[in-house]
Amino acid sequence: MNSRNASRWIGLIYVLPALIFVCAFVLYPFGQLVYTSLTSQSLLGGGAFVGLANYQRAFNDAAFWTALGFTARYTLFITPILMGLGLLLAFLVLPNRKIQKFARGVIFLPVVIGLGTSSFLWYWLFDEQVGLFNKVLVNLHVIVHPIVWFTSADLALWAVIISVTWKVVGFGMILFVAGMQSISSEVVEASLIDGTSYLQRTTRIFLPLILRTILLVTLISAIGSMLAFEQLYIMTAGGPRGKTLTTVYWIYQNSFINFKLGYGAALSVILTGIILCGTAVQLVLTNRRAHQ
Amino acid sequence: MTNVIGTPTRKFSADESRIAGRNNLTGYLVSAIAVFVAALMLAPLVLSFLSSVKTPEQASATPPSYFPTSLSLENYDHVLHFGAGLGTYVGNSLGVAALAIIFSLLLAVPAGFGLARFSIPFKEFLFVVLLMPLMIPYQALLTPLYFMFAKLGLANSLFGLAIVHTILQVPFSVYLMRNAFEAIPRELEEAAVIDGCSTFVSFRRVFLPLVFPAMVTVALFAFIASWNEFLAALIFMNKETSFTVPIMLVSVRIGHFGSVDWGALQAGILISILPCALIYIFLQKYYVSGLLGGAVK
Repeated sequence: MNSRNASRWIGLIYVLPALIFVCAFVLYPFGQLVYTSLTSQSLLGGGAFVGLANYQRAFNDAAFWTALGFTARYTLFITPILMGLGLLLAFLVLPNRKIQKFARGVIFLPVVIGLGTSSFLWYWLFDEQVGLFNKVLVNLHVIVHPIVWFTSADLALWAVIISVTWKVVGFGMILFVAGMQSISSEVVEASLIDGTSYLQRTTRIFLPLILRTILLVTLISAIGSMLAFEQLYIMTAGGPRGKTLTTVYWIYQNSFINFKLGYGAALSVILTGIILCGTAVQLVLTNRRAHQ
Repeated sequence: MTNVIGTPTRKFSADESRIAGRNNLTGYLVSAIAVFVAALMLAPLVLSFLSSVKTPEQASATPPSYFPTSLSLENYDHVLHFGAGLGTYVGNSLGVAALAIIFSLLLAVPAGFGLARFSIPFKEFLFVVLLMPLMIPYQALLTPLYFMFAKLGLANSLFGLAIVHTILQVPFSVYLMRNAFEAIPRELEEAAVIDGCSTFVSFRRVFLPLVFPAMVTVALFAFIASWNEFLAALIFMNKETSFTVPIMLVSVRIGHFGSVDWGALQAGILISILPCALIYIFLQKYYVSGLLGGAVK
C-alpha cells in the first residue's frame, strides 16, 4: 500500500526531534568523552594523543580503586537493606485499610524529596553538636554518649546508609505493593482453601510471583547506588581522608576541581562501562514484548 | 494503571484481611506497626520544621532541644534575604523546571506517537537509541557538556541546565508516551481517517486529549527531577545569581562567617521540600501511576 509506505517516513518525522536531541546531547558528547580520554588534556592545555595511558593510570591509581571499592561496598550494603525493608514494609501496608493507605502515602513521601535536600536534613540530624539523632538514641538509652558520626569512615557510611534508606525505601515498597496487588485473588483464595499458612503463602506465592519486580527494583537501586554522589558530597565531603569518596565524586574532583580532563574522561568511560552492564540487564527484564 | 496509594485497586477486593489470612487481632497489630513506621518516617521532617521556627540562637544551641521555646520566623527571614535573595534562587529553579517540562513534552509526545502508531524502519533500534541516556549516565557526560555549553554561550544559563535535566527525562518520558499512545484503540484512528483527518490533525484532535493524563505525568516527573537535581546544577551554575535552590543550600550551610546557620538551613530545607510535597499530595494519582508504568511494566 502506498500510503503505508509514506507513513513509514511520516512516523520517522515524529521521532526525529528526540533522536536529534539524544544524538546532540548524549551520543556526541560521549564520543568527545571517549576521544578526550585518549589525550592528556587539562584546563592548561595539553591535549596530545596518549593512547590508553589514562586507562593505565586509572588501573594503577590507588585512590581510584579506593573510590570504586567504597562505592561497591556502599552498594553491597544498602541494596539488600532497601530490598528487605521494602518487602517488609510492603507486607505491612498491603491491606487496603485506611490506616495502611495512609502509612503507604507517608512512607513514600521522602521519595519525592531531593537527595541533596534530604542529605542536608540528615547532615543536621547526625551533627554531634546540634543534631537530634544522638539525642534520640541517648534518650532511648541505646547509647550513653553522643556518637561522632563523620570522623570514622565506617560510621559515616552507616549514617549515609540510614539517610538514603529513609529517602528511597518507599520506592521499592510501592512497586512491591503494586506487584502483590496484581496477583489475582483466585490464586490466593485457592491457596487458602488448600489450608496454607501465612508463611507458606508469603514464600510460595507472593515472593515468587513478584520476583521480576524484585529483580528490577534491585537493579535500579544498585545502579543508583553505583552513581552515588550528593549524599557523600554533602554529608562527608569524601572524608575522613578521602575514605568515603565515590566513583562519581572522584571523577568530579579530577575533572572540575583538579581539571585533569583527560584522566577524568577515562574514569567516566570506565564508569559508563560498569553502568551499561547493569542497564542492559534492566532492559532485558523490562522488555516490552515479553510482557504484553 | 494501578493506583496503589489512593483509591481501591482492581484485583484485591474488600475481604483482603481474609486473603492475607489474618485474624482481627493480628490485623490490629499490623496496623499499629504501620502507624509507628509512618510516624518514624515523618519524624525527621517534623523535627526539621520545629527547628526552623526556633529562634536562630536556639536552633544552633548545644545540646539541642526537640521543641522551640518560642516561635520565631527569623530563620525564614534569613533565607529570604540570603545572598542574591530567595526569590532569585526559587525563580531560577522554577525557570529551569518549566523549560525542562516544555522540552520533555516537545520531544517525548511526538516520539511516543511515532513509535506507537507507525511502522518505522528500524523502530526498536531507534527506541533503544532514545533509551541511551539510561545506559550512559549523565554524570559521565558533564565535562563534554560543560565545554559544549561554554562554546554555545549556555554556561550559567537556565536554558543549558534545562537541557541537561531533559536528557535525564527522555527515556522515561518516551517510554510512557509510547505506552499511552499504544493503549488507544485502532478503531478511533481509522474513524478519524474516514472522516478525512490528516495524520497531524488526528494527532491533535483525537490522540492528544486521550494521552493528556500521561502528559501530566511526564510534566510532573520533569518538574520533580529538575527541581531536585544537584550535581549538574552544582557544576553548571557557578555564579551566585544563577544558583538553583539545592545549590543555595550549599551556600546557606557554609554561612557568612564560617559557622553553620542551622536555623536558616532548616528553613531552606523545608522551602525546597514544599513544592514537591504539595505536588505529591495533590497529584498523587498521576505521580504513582507514572512510577508504576515507567519502572516495571
